[in-house]
Amino acid sequence: MVMNIMSNRMINILVPVISIILGLIVGAIVMLVSGYSPVTGYIALWNGIFGDSYAIGETIRQISPYILAGLAVAFAFRTGLFNIGVEGQLIVGWFAAAYVGMAFELPKIIHLPLALLAAAAAGALWGFIPGILRATLKVHEVIVTIMMNYIALHVVNALIKTLSGGGFKLERIHQSASLRSDFLSNLTDFSTLHYGIFVALAMVVVMWFILEKTKTGFELKSVGFNDHASRYAGMSVNKNIVLAMVISGAFAGLGGAMEALGTFGNMSSMGGFTGIGFDGIAVALLGANTPLGVIFGATLFGSLKYGANNMPNAAGIPVEIVSIIIALVIFFVACGYIIRIGLVRLRKNKEAK
Amino acid sequence: MKKRKFGLAMSVVLAAGTMLAACGSDKANEKEPADKPATGNEGEKSEFSIAMVTDVGGIDDKSFNQSAWTGVKEFGEEQSWEKGEGGYDYLQSTDPADYTTNLNNLARRDFNLIFGVGFLMEDAIADIAAQQKDTEFAIIDGVVDAPNVTSVLFKEQEGGFLAGVAAALMTKSDKIGFIGGMDIPVIERFEAGFLEGVKAVKPEIKVDAKYTGAFDKAELGKAEANRMYSSGVDIIFHAAGGTGNGVFSEAKERKQADKDAYVWVIGVDSDQYEEGKVGDDNITLTSMLKRVDVAVKDIAKLAMEGNFPGGETKVYGLQDNGVSLADSRGAIPQDVLDQIDEFAQKIADGEVEVPEFVEKKK
Repeated sequence: MVMNIMSNRMINILVPVISIILGLIVGAIVMLVSGYSPVTGYIALWNGIFGDSYAIGETIRQISPYILAGLAVAFAFRTGLFNIGVEGQLIVGWFAAAYVGMAFELPKIIHLPLALLAAAAAGALWGFIPGILRATLKVHEVIVTIMMNYIALHVVNALIKTLSGGGFKLERIHQSASLRSDFLSNLTDFSTLHYGIFVALAMVVVMWFILEKTKTGFELKSVGFNDHASRYAGMSVNKNIVLAMVISGAFAGLGGAMEALGTFGNMSSMGGFTGIGFDGIAVALLGANTPLGVIFGATLFGSLKYGANNMPNAAGIPVEIVSIIIALVIFFVACGYIIRIGLVRLRKNKEAK
Repeated sequence: MKKRKFGLAMSVVLAAGTMLAACGSDKANEKEPADKPATGNEGEKSEFSIAMVTDVGGIDDKSFNQSAWTGVKEFGEEQSWEKGEGGYDYLQSTDPADYTTNLNNLARRDFNLIFGVGFLMEDAIADIAAQQKDTEFAIIDGVVDAPNVTSVLFKEQEGGFLAGVAAALMTKSDKIGFIGGMDIPVIERFEAGFLEGVKAVKPEIKVDAKYTGAFDKAELGKAEANRMYSSGVDIIFHAAGGTGNGVFSEAKERKQADKDAYVWVIGVDSDQYEEGKVGDDNITLTSMLKRVDVAVKDIAKLAMEGNFPGGETKVYGLQDNGVSLADSRGAIPQDVLDQIDEFAQKIADGEVEVPEFVEKKK
């Protein structure tokens, strides 16, 4: 028994590590074939992530929304729901935070939490709709959330246009709603690092607490494992489905607040999705849908995404090839998930014999 | 047994990981000093160097990013600089969050003049220009008020006007379409000029103007073009970047199906003649050129001579060769061309003033 737990844990750690290394190796081959030096390329990647305090600051800044997007996907997953709508929830959260940030003038102690709350509430609302449709009408949440992404994108673009009087971006938020700080900025040589990372980490704790320490969390997980059994045990499956989508949406909305109050300080109308919400799916999978795992997943994604910028800059590798390399790493991580299932199944078969 | 196997695999992987990590940091340290002399050499290569950051459209967008790069490259080649440190270079942005990073990276590599291409980069340029006070910046299609930033705008409406004149004179069905990308001030200038140009020739024509909301969605452009052509529109002017490629493919399909189909597309930003080829035919009527390259070279020249127009807004119109129509290669007959030239002359002389904004009819 003890041995089994040990090997389970080992699989959990081994699979992502092997996947990343495999991805990097294949990425190196791609660079070699296209006539670029993998060594220079990976040094540039490394320096892009950890090279100096500026790079580290920007990397952490990039990680913050990924953590929240990852949490959002993971939380829904634990209740057996596939929330593809993190992207849309993030966009409405971004807008809500940016709007509250620019429209009101309040002391920081009220303004910043209010902007964050607005973002969470907007995201929660965007999660509530697919949640309630799933619970009452059995409409599959994947379809609804995908469509809600488009609704979010175009509604927000229209709102930005209206609010800015025909322009394409909202005014900058007031300083009192900003997550940025001179202290962090100076510490990291003028990077856009902001306090959002602490918000994200706090939410990791919140998710862990809800899932592991509360009755609600137990119910949510139980519905995820087997909704029929949960219903038989007297739990309200519908209530838990809605609740899971609402909390998931709130996490995603906060992810949008990172962009609104930290990175950009406003919102411009968008021609397409940010991609953070979709990457959140991979972040959650990589992190095995656990709060702690999401931190690692987000760190990997954020680092690669930000560090990749330095590959064209320092090593002269075209953006297209860089995208292939990063995609390869992610591809192998996704395969790792399959490998994991395979490994577990293999072991179970042996045990059966 | 199993435990041991996993342990073994684990230690191998960990060992590999440490080796790789060690490798990385070692090389990283080696690279630092190697980097320094490179920047030191820069002085020998040339006194001055320029670079640009693309927006998310990418360097080969067949539109203004590409045009800007053409300007940077040609300017660099004229000075016989090399691509890279101390010469000319570019960085591509794949995400709006990359703008500040890319601008900052180039400033740190000691480029003297850095172009930010696209209105979306306004905020990023404002931020970085405030931090990197010794570097000169220029923003294309946007306005940033800072002593070390030049803002570059174009009178798209003047080029759009000529495109409108051409369309109104060439249409047979008296139905004309306009397909825009995102509904933003820059694109509105194209539309405003185009509508005005059509009106100047045939006031009774109502232009079917639609925005697709994106610059990178060819399928939306194709669907919109399909709707317009089906409703009898025979000439579409697009100002939609990559979305416009869908307009071209729709028109080409129609031409392919029926050689006598009277369908035309007016291209935008750069000469899109190549886009419109269907066998021996071509459905590109002409293209409204927005000469970002001209502006880039102009600003670079000024800056190199020490006359960088920091804090100013430079507007390039017909007169400055900033906008014009491309060679139609026979698609437009000479008498029509003459009429277009007449209008161009009137605009250049200030006789006709083209509005920047579309009159709201709602």
